[in-house]
Amino acid sequence: MTRVRLIQLTVVCGAILVLELLCRLAIIDRFTMIPPSEMLTALGHVVATAPWFWGDVGYTLGNLAAAIALSVVGGFLIGLAVHAVPRLRRALDPIFTSYYSVPTFVLYPLLIVVFGIGPTSLIVLGALFGIVAMIVATVTAIDRVPPVLLKVARVSRLGRLRTALLMKLPAASPHLVTGLRLAVAYSVIGIIAGEFILSTEGIGRRVALAYNNFDNQTMYALLVLILGFAIVVNAVLGSFEQALHRRWYRS
Amino acid sequence: MTKSALTRETAAPDAGVLSDIHLALRGISHIYPARASQGPVAALGPLDFEFRRGEFVAVVGPSGCGKSTLLEIIAGLVRPSAGAVEMDGRAITGTVADEIGVVFQEDATFAWLNVWDNVAFGLRRAGTEQAEIVRRVDYALAFMGLTDFRRAYPAQLSGGMRQRVCIARTLVLRPRLILLDEPFGALDQQTRLLMGEELLRLWRETAATVMLITHALDEAALLSDHVAVMSARPGRLIEVVATGWPRERDSTLVADPAFGALTARLWALLRDESRKALGVS
Amino acid sequence: MTARVRLIDYLLLAGGLWLAWIVLFEWAGPEALSPPGATLRRVGEYLTSAQFWPHAAATGLAFFYGCVIALLGGLALGFLLGAHRLSGQVGEPILSSLYSIPKITLYPVILLVFGLGISAKVAFGALHGIFPVALFTIGALKNTSPVLIKTARVLRLKPLATARTVLLPAALPEIVTGLRIGFSATLLGTLIGELFASDQGLGFMLIRAMEAHKVLDIMALTLLLFAFAASPMRCCWRSSVACTRGEGAPFSL
Repeated sequence: MTRVRLIQLTVVCGAILVLELLCRLAIIDRFTMIPPSEMLTALGHVVATAPWFWGDVGYTLGNLAAAIALSVVGGFLIGLAVHAVPRLRRALDPIFTSYYSVPTFVLYPLLIVVFGIGPTSLIVLGALFGIVAMIVATVTAIDRVPPVLLKVARVSRLGRLRTALLMKLPAASPHLVTGLRLAVAYSVIGIIAGEFILSTEGIGRRVALAYNNFDNQTMYALLVLILGFAIVVNAVLGSFEQALHRRWYRS
Repeated sequence: MTKSALTRETAAPDAGVLSDIHLALRGISHIYPARASQGPVAALGPLDFEFRRGEFVAVVGPSGCGKSTLLEIIAGLVRPSAGAVEMDGRAITGTVADEIGVVFQEDATFAWLNVWDNVAFGLRRAGTEQAEIVRRVDYALAFMGLTDFRRAYPAQLSGGMRQRVCIARTLVLRPRLILLDEPFGALDQQTRLLMGEELLRLWRETAATVMLITHALDEAALLSDHVAVMSARPGRLIEVVATGWPRERDSTLVADPAFGALTARLWALLRDESRKALGVS
Repeated sequence: MTARVRLIDYLLLAGGLWLAWIVLFEWAGPEALSPPGATLRRVGEYLTSAQFWPHAAATGLAFFYGCVIALLGGLALGFLLGAHRLSGQVGEPILSSLYSIPKITLYPVILLVFGLGISAKVAFGALHGIFPVALFTIGALKNTSPVLIKTARVLRLKPLATARTVLLPAALPEIVTGLRIGFSATLLGTLIGELFASDQGLGFMLIRAMEAHKVLDIMALTLLLFAFAASPMRCCWRSSVACTRGEGAPFSL
């Protein structure tokens, strides 16, 4: 364990401990926040006893998977198309750069009216959230393929398909994985946000219900769950991404 | 009266007569302390050397032999593990002496200042009065051929020109000892030869003592009065080769048969050391 | 690329969007969408009505406060952590992880802590904006070329003078990029706060329109929000592209 890691661990644990103390000493009152240790026990309680838990988890994860698939595949294909047509790329650039400055889930009400309340509108929302990150990442990834590789491909007389699969795809992989990570992260946000706003099922809805019913135990338990899930997924994809970047771009 | 705006009053040796010791290295050695991934590294030494006032010394050696470390020790940026650096007889180990100018290998221009402000930077920080700053900067720019570019920004200049800006910035401070760490490393051969001539012109104009670190043997053989040849890591002095060139010299010296013999001599000394450094048996 | 070509591109884009809108309207029906013409007229009505501007001002005020906290706080945090190598190495991954958690999970917590009202909106905004500013500042200080520091030492500058005349100008372009992204993120956070924690403001008007199923209002307000969010970005973008070498879109949460 390096010195840096040790200090980081100490800082994080210290922060959680401080929070625990502040809650236990009632400096932070129970209506605002429950102690972190209680959040974990509440989570255990919910997992073990709540009848709705696994159903809602399945609903949310199912929607998430669909949204991720849609945003990654769709984003990749659209990214390829945009890169191939420079005029299109220039024209769409202002949209891409300001896309994440806008709360895209204001479109959710419109989606509901079109698709009705249910998984479809949530999936579309999640996909809409993540797709632009994947598009931008794909375009960047193709940009960053070193031109010398393409020259090697031509000299070796690889056909277009083999060039794409053997040269372009591996060279583009670091940035594509970045796009994957961002698309996943954004899809999570989109789906959870959608479930907060309006939904019949799902973990996000349970959080909203708990909030409205002043049920802090359940609310914080589920928040910890969502947080933990997001951190783990992000960390896994992040280390994969860093490994690829190190292999391709030694600094 | 000084010869130019760039020469200090006290430093004007007669051409051809190189007198007392300007800078002395006594028993210099340096060991980099152990780090996370590796143990301590003996980088340099022990090393003894004397620079005579006003001479041009080139330092050559295989990669990793500690040439840059040596320069940083002389410049006072690094305190050596052992040994002392003396200038004019007084110890300056570990401190940045006033009369030393350094030109680094990497581009050290300040991207947010134009050429004129870059060159004037050191003088402004030292509190020199404005009229004097203008006088010296204008002279240095003219000397380095940068007058037309004084309003340009480094991003608009080529690598060679940016190095000239760095050299000009060092010059205006009127150093008596100029240290250069592979300043022309990133340039192509023709530009290097021309920049070498510039360096010689500068050396004669300022009458400073010059230490040039280079990996190019022909450059070392051409430009310097003495070539100090270092061994593979930890770098020690193998030999000091005298070139015997006259003070007024330029790149046409490459035609002189003695030049070829010198370069061959240097390579003969370095070939085995370079193989050691590369790990080739 | 000439300005004329760019103008044509913009017009083509606007035209394309208009067409896509009409097609969607035809397909989805008036229950779901409103046509572009009617929506724009509604926007015009909003902009000229007396009730609208207090709401817009409320949003603007919350955004302003959020910006102050995010930008200044982020700079301070970035400088404190970035000043030394160790603190930077410790702090940057922690900040990066905090930045990447879906802040949506913290919304209920913020609502509980700050209640409904402007402070919650400011908190949302600052929460979104502070991390990119801090992260970019740390990165800028870390990426300062060592040769510049060596040059400062060789020129015998005191540490304070080195920081002021060498480190700060060298780090400035990247810091400005961080400020730009932080600005954009703070705006986003403020608008989101409006949706969840509002008793006035544009987001509040949107929630009301959602509850009343007034499709025309929803669309008009959405359009306004998009324009509000996108336009400052364009001005900032243009003015800072020169000194930031045109960094790409916010590549993170």
